Amino acid sequence: MSISKTASPAAQAAAVRSAMVENGHLTEAAFDAAHAVEESLNWHNGAKVVARAWTDPDYKARLMQDGTAACAELGFEGPEGEYIVVIEDTPEQKNAVVCTQCSCTAWPVLGLPPEWYKSPAYRARVVREPRKVLSEMGLDLAGDVALRIWDTTAETRYLVLPLRPPGTEDWSEDQLAAIVTRESMIGVALVKAPK
Amino acid sequence: MDGIHDLGGMAGFGSFDVEDNEPTFHEPWEETAFLTNIASIAILRAYNADEYRHSIERMPADEYLSARYYQRTLIGVTTLLIEKGLLDKADLDRRAGASVRVSQPAIANTDDGRAQSTTPRFTVGDRVRVRKMHPPGHTRVPQYVRGHSGTVLHVAPPFKFPDASAHALPGRKECTYHVAFESRELWPESAEAEDTVVVDLWESYLEESP
Repeated sequence: MSISKTASPAAQAAAVRSAMVENGHLTEAAFDAAHAVEESLNWHNGAKVVARAWTDPDYKARLMQDGTAACAELGFEGPEGEYIVVIEDTPEQKNAVVCTQCSCTAWPVLGLPPEWYKSPAYRARVVREPRKVLSEMGLDLAGDVALRIWDTTAETRYLVLPLRPPGTEDWSEDQLAAIVTRESMIGVALVKAPK
Repeated sequence: MDGIHDLGGMAGFGSFDVEDNEPTFHEPWEETAFLTNIASIAILRAYNADEYRHSIERMPADEYLSARYYQRTLIGVTTLLIEKGLLDKADLDRRAGASVRVSQPAIANTDDGRAQSTTPRFTVGDRVRVRKMHPPGHTRVPQYVRGHSGTVLHVAPPFKFPDASAHALPGRKECTYHVAFESRELWPESAEAEDTVVVDLWESYLEESP
């Protein structure tokens, strides 16, 4: 019998999973363990790291010195987080992250990456015409702000520490964490305080 | 390989959407593909992350661009589990009731890395040039920086040389370097020439800048 039709992704995924379990290579417990890892990967973790760095100068110093250890201090570690480097936005320099060859991200603090980050268009364009890409995403940078794009080509996983928005000086850490977005920690957006 | 996955700087792409409140997965099979990959790498240790990346790069180029992200994951995982002898394609086809999609065979690299030790050869502030290299198998040096010079910003710890470990060569560990390139060096005609791009490069990809 020859099979010419191409399997749908749903049929292929089910076939691989069932074959792995029935052939004894992976147990249901292994899938449960993988699922537990998946649940630990969340960009709200990164928002807590940012809020802590904004409110605790000693923590920020540790975070800039050793991002991996400072994230682990708050309980955020795991796959794709073995070497986390934090890049600080300043009024003079904006930073944004891409992975041009696949879609690497710091999973423990940024979660699994969103569709736009994985799109061929973002990956191809942001290294070559970053201001145009950021503008299309709603961020128009002033001409005197330097822009640096970080391509995740090796094992470093980057987390952008965005600028704390003005008017939040008396906000609590939890209030601050609630306004940090995933896009701001990838670097393609600023954190804004609600009016 | 100089494959379609190496997208940095390629022209011809348009705009893209940013989805509000995006779910982690859009279809249940996407999560199945993700979990099968994580379990196969981290629990079963059937293959490593470099082999996984390369299994996706080996997709036919036209299929790579049209596939969704987790479809690429699924095709890579399926390919590796068959290549490693854990699964049989005919059995998978029967289970799926149609032909499962797989990537093209690998063409192995023979370069096991040039670094002689994990002691960094370069230091912060050094000018380095990216070697012009076109290995037939996996590599993590993007085409858009090959032959160009930049400045070392940071020396990262030693990691396995991916060109080797993606092909089950020993893959010695060597340092990687965050190297800053001026956009005007990479794309002199660009209107955004004042900006910089930082690329994280294994020591074997680099030589002293003349």
